[in-house]
Amino acid sequence: MSLIEVRNLTKIYGDGEAKTPVLHDISFTIDKGEFVAIMGPSGSGKSTLLHLLGFLDDYTTGSYIFEGREAKSYAGDEVARIRNKKLGFVFQSFNLLPHTTVFENVKLPLLYSDIPEATWGALAEKAIEAVGLSHRRDFDATQLSGGEKQRAAIARALVCSPSVIFADEPTGNLDSKSGGAVMDILKKLNEVDGHTIILITHETDTARHARRIIRIKDGMIESDTVVAKEHRANGNTLNKID
Amino acid sequence: MTFKHSIKTATEGLKANKARSVLTILGIVIGVTAIILVVSMGQGAQNLILDQVKGMGTRTVIVGGGREPTGPSDAGQIFSDSLTKRDLDLLMRRENTPSVKYIMPLVFGASSAAYESDTFNLTIFGVSPLMEEIFDMPVKNGVFFTDEDVRGRAKYVVIGHKVKTELFGADEAVGKVIKMKEHSFRVIGVLAERGQDFFNFDEAAIIPYTTAQDYVLGIKHFNRIVTEAKSETLINQAAEEIKLTLRESHDITDSTKDDFFVITQVDLAGRLGAITSVLTIFLAAVAAISLVVGGIGIMNIMLVSVTERTKEIGLRKALGATDRDILSQFLLEAIILTGIGGIVGIILGASLSFGISMLIVKIAVLAWSFSFPFSAALLGLGVSGLIGLIFGLYPARKAARKSPINALRYE
Ligand SMILES: Nc1ncnc2c1ncn2[C@@H]1O[C@H](COP(=O)(O)OP(=O)(O)OP(=O)(O)O)[C@@H](O)[C@H]1O
Ligand SMILES: [Mg+2]
Repeated sequence: MSLIEVRNLTKIYGDGEAKTPVLHDISFTIDKGEFVAIMGPSGSGKSTLLHLLGFLDDYTTGSYIFEGREAKSYAGDEVARIRNKKLGFVFQSFNLLPHTTVFENVKLPLLYSDIPEATWGALAEKAIEAVGLSHRRDFDATQLSGGEKQRAAIARALVCSPSVIFADEPTGNLDSKSGGAVMDILKKLNEVDGHTIILITHETDTARHARRIIRIKDGMIESDTVVAKEHRANGNTLNKID
Repeated sequence: MTFKHSIKTATEGLKANKARSVLTILGIVIGVTAIILVVSMGQGAQNLILDQVKGMGTRTVIVGGGREPTGPSDAGQIFSDSLTKRDLDLLMRRENTPSVKYIMPLVFGASSAAYESDTFNLTIFGVSPLMEEIFDMPVKNGVFFTDEDVRGRAKYVVIGHKVKTELFGADEAVGKVIKMKEHSFRVIGVLAERGQDFFNFDEAAIIPYTTAQDYVLGIKHFNRIVTEAKSETLINQAAEEIKLTLRESHDITDSTKDDFFVITQVDLAGRLGAITSVLTIFLAAVAAISLVVGGIGIMNIMLVSVTERTKEIGLRKALGATDRDILSQFLLEAIILTGIGGIVGIILGASLSFGISMLIVKIAVLAWSFSFPFSAALLGLGVSGLIGLIFGLYPARKAARKSPINALRYE
């Protein structure tokens, strides 16, 4: 059973005059443990697709089967549980709570989980450490640099140990150095901890970390290619796992 | 999410949105304070007026000449000279008024009083010695005049407390002679201070009614005949006996043609009560307006601030919050805000009303009493709380119903 199975998925925004079809007939499957990059020109529907996969928006037609069950068949509270337990979402614009510390931001998903409260602190610390932000633990979210914000957002996405982490252009706002650091974290989460990672990127450099690249154009899949091992980015410590 | 964490999330939400929290609390404080203040003042005024009437004595029945005026333009005063000496004599007969204990004629008129170079404008009351009994009016210095003085048209005067201080200052007044309407009166007594009362006796000169009729006012009739029933339960019966006697004396068969009126303290209290309840209704209207204004304020702040947090709601949902989690957070926030606002409003409203009451007592020297309007406080709290809840929850529910991404996109 695939983790994610998408069949003839479409998304149309608005209705009547303002009807805007954005995704047409998208089909693919993603297995557990994959590292997939979604690429394509601006406005092609990448974010829209990621939002559908992340249970953040409703698709118009077609089917999206998550862990063997049609997404639309989940009730409201079940959807909340899936978002909380199974999915971690890293937004391009961070979406951290302002006037709230890094620690509290990272802890936020735990509040809505059934994980025992006694372990929350330790789990949040661990996630913060995994993204190398321990020294910023008690900083207000608004006091962080862009790269630090993105890493805090990643820590928040992984604190509940989700099966899939979605990341919408996680390096888009960052310079190459902090972008590289963020990619290293995601790569480690995939290769060491076994999280499935689906990320959107504009940069070929970033995409090179992935094992599979899905290209989207005008709301349709243009290509879906598995990148040969030897073509994947190397030059870091994670290499020896291959 | 557990209740404990709902509370925690709510308080943290309030702390993270300090400005809106303070503004909302302020709106509620103003609404609650205003209504308490207004209603407390209204009740104070009402009590003040009613207390004055009570100062009249609960067994007092007053007969007036003429028809009782029903309004400012009413010509009820045309028969105002209808109470005569003959009426008084008839009323005095035990068989006519068995329920009545005391009967006293009363005439009055405005005058000025002069002592040496000082003058003071006062009201002259012409009465009999029963005055002391009926109005419970102790003489502080000197004596009251006697029935003998009434018969002899003595030019004696008992003066009110204010008259004494205005004309004599700290000096002894008893034994001195003052001039009123070109006649000289010897001061034989000074009344104890009475404070605010219905007839304002502090600014009165009290003389024998015969003297007042013949020398000062030049009238033959009485303005009022003041009587006291034997007991409170007999008050209506006494009034009835008086009416029958006077109708017979005046040859009146149709009670609508009465050329006199009879009022009891109970009547007067009821009448004034009606006036003060109009006052209270007016004040309640003012309070309602302040509540509406406060409510609109709360509504605006809640609508805007919760709508502003649509993004936060989207984020929380994206992280796994259920709609119930979101609603309970905003419900608790609203409860905490209205709770704090309500409590502060009640404390502020009560202490302001109390302070103002104290000021009125001190500065205006009125027997003003402070009262805490419990129902107004409850109403203010209820209305502003309800508005806070509705307009805190409504946008939160709207935002929670959006898909997380639509909520997150909200700017
Ligand atoms: N809520 C919406 N209502 C109407 N149209 C929308 C809405 N959201 C997105 N779109 C449209 O859908 C199309 C795809 O948007 P999407 O954000 O998925 O693009 P993208 O591939 O992520 O682009 P980018 O690389 O610039 O982020 C765009 O043309 C956009 O205008
Ligand atoms: Mg996008």
